[in-house]
Amino acid sequence: MPDRTTPDTGPRRTRTTALWALPPVAALALVFLYPLALVVRQSLTPESGGGPSTTPYTTVLAATSFQDALTNTVLIAAGATLGALLLGLLLSLVIAFVPFPGGRALARFIDIFLAFPSFLITLALLFLYGTVGIANGLWTDLTGATHGPLDFLHTPWGVLLAEVTYFTPFVMRPLLAAFAQVETAQLEVAGSLGARPGRIVRTVILPEALPSLAAGGALVLVMCLNEFGIVLFTGAKNVVTLPMLVYTKAILDGDYTGACVVAVINIALSAALYALYRTVMARTAGTATRRRPARQPAAAHHTTAPNTPAPAPALATGGADRARP
Amino acid sequence: MLVHSAAARRTIWAVFLLLFVPVFALPLLVIVAASFADGWSGALPSGPTLTHYQDIAHGDALTALTTSVLTALAASLAALTTGTWAALAAEKLGRRARRTLDALFLLPLAVPSVVVGLALLVAFSQPPFLLNGTPQIVIVAHTVLVTAFAYQSVTAALARLDPAYEQSAAGLGARPAYVLWRVKLPLLLPSLTAAAGLCFALSMGELSATMMLYPPDWMPLPVQIFAATDRGALFTGAALAVALMATTLLVLLGVSRIRTRATYR
Repeated sequence: MPDRTTPDTGPRRTRTTALWALPPVAALALVFLYPLALVVRQSLTPESGGGPSTTPYTTVLAATSFQDALTNTVLIAAGATLGALLLGLLLSLVIAFVPFPGGRALARFIDIFLAFPSFLITLALLFLYGTVGIANGLWTDLTGATHGPLDFLHTPWGVLLAEVTYFTPFVMRPLLAAFAQVETAQLEVAGSLGARPGRIVRTVILPEALPSLAAGGALVLVMCLNEFGIVLFTGAKNVVTLPMLVYTKAILDGDYTGACVVAVINIALSAALYALYRTVMARTAGTATRRRPARQPAAAHHTTAPNTPAPAPALATGGADRARP
Repeated sequence: MLVHSAAARRTIWAVFLLLFVPVFALPLLVIVAASFADGWSGALPSGPTLTHYQDIAHGDALTALTTSVLTALAASLAALTTGTWAALAAEKLGRRARRTLDALFLLPLAVPSVVVGLALLVAFSQPPFLLNGTPQIVIVAHTVLVTAFAYQSVTAALARLDPAYEQSAAGLGARPAYVLWRVKLPLLLPSLTAAAGLCFALSMGELSATMMLYPPDWMPLPVQIFAATDRGALFTGAALAVALMATTLLVLLGVSRIRTRATYR
């Protein structure tokens, strides 16, 4: 990225530009940072009154409901991330390297998928695998049984399936972008030298896509840890995750201190993972920009066509597409 | 082309469809199918009916839809303003200050939406700010959640903006405000509208934070969908979900039309 900071005309100029950043930061502080600070303060204030203490934390940490929720959250998030990575990798490999008519349209369809809220997936799964629904309906139609065999939606497996479904597109999108950068010549050379498809995928394609895969995985892990809609719609009493516990404690039990304690722990977990994701992303972006000059003279269109609105189409396709974290 | 044998290719495509259809295509289809059904005990839904949609047109659902649209409009407008302003200001800052601003504005992405809702509930139920129970608190929550997306997408667009336009305008004597208004913002317009569409879509589907703080007289559509499915009215829920998806898609389509017109400026 070229250095585009305009030359400064002294310290006064720097100070006024810094002042321009103040209003949005102040707004963010009022509606986001100040509330977060109050959550931390409330988590340190016992319901019984008195000064700040860590008693709420010891109480919550010792409770089995919290321990179960933590285990559930981590297991479901890890499982869903793994599932989304495998499924996303498989589907993206086919779309990118075994192209078929309509493949591009499918990729667009996946983009639309991202615009919908997550709880719709759980709703859809109810009609697919629920006690009423296609799968069990087919079974009862065929065998004449009164009940279908599938009844897993109210278990952690139902949540897992919904999360894998919903989050796979988040893995596929950066992967498809990375696959688009793999040079077909490399694949053809490898193929003509006798490498079988499995080996080409392993030794040529995967190394190129690994950063995108890691970034996508980290992002999905954070989003799974924070997922609430899917778990709420599942409506299972025995599937409680950390966000669900925050909701139950605050809204149903009115225990704000306990909710704040769980919230602080959840924030710590997710923020640490998100920091990791940003680090991976920064490294990916670094390699991408370092490589670009060797691949294609990106600067060329700036110099040859300065009066065509060249950046605009690039923005149009890139703007929303990259907007997901 | 990775696989050269036609038979192998066909096998791969078959596996692909076997994975893709149940996972991605069916969910949206069954919701649409269920919204026209009054029962689903066999392989296919039974009793094609429009009752669920007629109910929407009369009952609370229409209010919920309006509520959702109004909330999403207000939130995306506020988020777009804040996000664009912050992104423009960040661009002029030094490297370290810009990093800090990035971290600050992307932090809401790392915090669970439920926790954002809880935080606003805790903060705005006590003096000096009493917003609990008002529609504003829902709008504020949505704004907090979608501002990060606006900020991120405008920052990405700014990074790809050719500095030559801005520099030549400034070199010809245009003042910074004029450069911003007549050069930068028009060039950014396609990304701004795209960001607005994204913010709108996300706000339309927001459930987690909303569940924490919606007042009874300002109930957005996702909450209504949850209420319907929770009491077992799955088919009404499906019809509401179709209304939600259709509205979102309609707005996204409209926004993309603005985008293509703006591209030719």
